[in-house]
Amino acid sequence: MDQPGIFEGPAESSGVPPVQIIAATRFLDRIMGSRRMAKSMTTTLRSVKERLTIRRARSTDTPHVIALDARITGLAKPDYWQHEFASYSEQPPQECFFLVATPADQPEDSRILGYIIGEIRAWEFGSEPCGWVFALSVEPDARLHGIGQALFAAISAKFKEAGVTKMRTMVARDNRLHLLFFRGEGMMAGPYIQLEKELN
Amino acid sequence: MKLQIASQLAIFAVLQLAARPDKQLSVGEIGAIFGVSNHHLAKVMHVLGRSGLVRSTRGAGGGYQFNGNPRRITLLDIVEMFENLGAGGLDADGPAITTGEARALHEVLSEINDIARATLGSITIATMLKLVERRSDEIGHTPKPVAMVKS
Repeated sequence: MDQPGIFEGPAESSGVPPVQIIAATRFLDRIMGSRRMAKSMTTTLRSVKERLTIRRARSTDTPHVIALDARITGLAKPDYWQHEFASYSEQPPQECFFLVATPADQPEDSRILGYIIGEIRAWEFGSEPCGWVFALSVEPDARLHGIGQALFAAISAKFKEAGVTKMRTMVARDNRLHLLFFRGEGMMAGPYIQLEKELN
Repeated sequence: MKLQIASQLAIFAVLQLAARPDKQLSVGEIGAIFGVSNHHLAKVMHVLGRSGLVRSTRGAGGGYQFNGNPRRITLLDIVEMFENLGAGGLDADGPAITTGEARALHEVLSEINDIARATLGSITIATMLKLVERRSDEIGHTPKPVAMVKS
């Protein structure tokens, strides 16, 4: 059953504007000193842009998100995801973003290739408003094709449009894959230290 | 946290080589960029060469060339060639390692160590090159030689 609100936005472009692709290519060319590598990256990024649609999640995406998350984590969490979809549909759409990437050449209710979830939150832990990324996942078979980068770029653009100038996330120390990804996207350690305690 | 000079030199050298993967740089050329002695740098390059991260060519026009995947090699990979960032911060043969105080201090130092390892292990050479580019843009010029090791 479709839910109104945040899940019903129009399909968006890949979220990677052509100018950004060119800039990224020039950047790579400059820093790597390798035109061959830069050319290869151009092809990859163009190919991602042409093949991807990034749009707000819809309730019909729920089973695909549940299945993707279960494949990656080994644990199906249907209740959690139903709750996430429901709660995001009730939040202001200009502050909460549940974006999914789908193949551009397939029906919009086809399987998803990845998703990213984030929202703008203010004054928690004394922090000024900033964009938080809570979840990012890409279909294992479709990795290394720039889908995560495209999702990250799309939510970054959403945060920026909404007026915040900083984004944050939290990653487990031993989650090498996510750490490498977010570092590669330019994220650095922030001013907060996460603390916890066993409740015996 | 402070890295040993050898680790710092290795990182600087790898960054220079990875930024120009088609070119070879001699020890003298790399040393001149950072203002370090060829003698010290040669030892560092030898270790990097033995690891396969760089390859060397002898003779006129020879030098070192980057031989790794910049998106896979992390700072931790390089640092661990030169120093031990193993668990714990207290020497096993140090004073009173079995006391509650020592264990408590060990726990705190281990926490610092874990964070340091996670940080170094999460930054690839490709990420570092982006960072170098950004920092160089901020200060409006390309990195200048830095006098770091006096021969």
